[in-house]
Amino acid sequence: MILAKRISLYTVLVICAIIMMFPIFYAFSISFMDGGEVMGGQLLPSSLSLDNYLEVFKKVPLLTYLLNSFVTSAIVMGGQLLVSSLAAFAFVFIKFKGRDFVFFLFISTMMIPWEATMVPNFMTIQSLGWTNSYLGLTIPFFALAFGTFLLRQHFKTIPQELYEASQVAGISRFRFFWNVILPVSRSSLITLGIYSFLTNWNMYLWPLLVTNTESARTVQIGLKQLQTQEIASDWGIVMAGVVIVILPTLLLLFAGQKKLQKGLTQGAIK
Amino acid sequence: MNDARELLPVPSQESRPKRNLFAFLEGWLYLLPSIILFGVFVFYPMFRTIYLSFFLADQMGPFEFVGLENYQYIVSSDSFQSSVKATILFVLYTVPAGILLALFLALLTNEKIKGIGIFRTLFSSTMGMSVAASSVIWMFMYNPSIGVFSRIAEWLGFPAIQWLQNPDYALLAVSLSTVWMNAGFAYLIILGGLQNIDTHLYENAKVAGVSYLYQLRRITLPMLSPTLFFIVTVSFINAFQTFGQIDILTKGGPVESTNVIVYSIYKDAFINNDVGSASAQAVILFFCVLLLTALQFKLGERKVHYQ
Repeated sequence: MILAKRISLYTVLVICAIIMMFPIFYAFSISFMDGGEVMGGQLLPSSLSLDNYLEVFKKVPLLTYLLNSFVTSAIVMGGQLLVSSLAAFAFVFIKFKGRDFVFFLFISTMMIPWEATMVPNFMTIQSLGWTNSYLGLTIPFFALAFGTFLLRQHFKTIPQELYEASQVAGISRFRFFWNVILPVSRSSLITLGIYSFLTNWNMYLWPLLVTNTESARTVQIGLKQLQTQEIASDWGIVMAGVVIVILPTLLLLFAGQKKLQKGLTQGAIK
Repeated sequence: MNDARELLPVPSQESRPKRNLFAFLEGWLYLLPSIILFGVFVFYPMFRTIYLSFFLADQMGPFEFVGLENYQYIVSSDSFQSSVKATILFVLYTVPAGILLALFLALLTNEKIKGIGIFRTLFSSTMGMSVAASSVIWMFMYNPSIGVFSRIAEWLGFPAIQWLQNPDYALLAVSLSTVWMNAGFAYLIILGGLQNIDTHLYENAKVAGVSYLYQLRRITLPMLSPTLFFIVTVSFINAFQTFGQIDILTKGGPVESTNVIVYSIYKDAFINNDVGSASAQAVILFFCVLLLTALQFKLGERKVHYQ
């Protein structure tokens, strides 16, 4: 590439990066400011004071929220990986009557928006007594058509000879699934794991419906609470909360961006 | 290995049905967790929603059958009409702009130059941002006295605008923040699509000495069409399902100018306790999404084939 073209490409890239990253940078910057600096409309803090970070833990029980979010996201991640990989395995390695019908059922779940079913789901959770508990926050999300398709796509690339060999050696299907298929599919499982952790950490509407006590809330609802409480008084503290909430997922995304991109494109397009 | 193969018993006529039965049971067993969960949390509530839409109901359940009255009521209500209008406008504001932005960023970062990995990571970063966190940040940016938008307006000599309190601007403001929030995901999908294009096509184009724009129009966009088609559908569906940013930024106001359909369902069901009307709206939402997904499967199938 000629030099002039290269320089102009870098210039456009840097400008785009500045615009796209500005809100995140702004949040970081505000989180270090005291009230006066925020009101003065400064772009950069005069010092890197951590006062807001200490303060935010006193304003709302953020540690509890973080723990709740972490535990529910981890449970959903584990549940989705297990349930989806079992289903994907059946679709690829077991031929049986009714398989196509079930496959059609899986596809049809993608046509039903979660929001259209939230009222009866809320009633179900309520009648099971699962409100304000990890059960209500996690179990409804264990089955995932997208995850099943993504893993199915990967399982299909595993040579059938491997399966035949395991049958010859007299290994049961479940042992084959557990000891052979899951280990060789590690990269797809990691992709799906990152995806489900991200989506569940960031979930908003469902936790808003099924939690109403401080001990059960997740970080996203904590942010809403923080913002409603602190509005106009102290944006520095609110932004410190925001930074704490986005850091884990940003780091996860930075680490897994390449995998995620590949996995999403595969699961989505093919 | 060879020995084992020779020892393998040829399935006799008697054992075949037995093996088939076993595979049948085992297959269903692997699928059972998914089937039960989908049954309880997807199919049952969908039918329940349709059922409830024919009743007067509150959060305890239905209490009077009213036929299509809920539908008649919402279609004629001003609130629902403003909600439909807000939803359509929101889709129009966010979908084309979001995809063009993501496509632009993906084309920029599809060049192979030093340090491109950093830019790719930066541009995809909004995918890691939650709706709640992003909305809080944008709420601050829209703050009429200290937010960055007012600062810029002031600097340019314009009067400060109450972005989120003015019915003329609120939906536009929410849309702008949404375009930003969704950019990371759309970007990752489109970049993936670009990287799947066979590089030979570009090498041939280079030999033929065609311009960048010609190459874009004749190679890149046609080859990218399945991906673009996919992201258009997904963006449409996402736009229909928007909730978090509305709840935090505007609560559906001012004067219902941002009362998009999911927020309207939420308000009717959980604040006004009118589950019948909420269910009727949910059924309408369901049919919109159904139509879009069906369209995607039908057209998407055709597109992938000739690639």
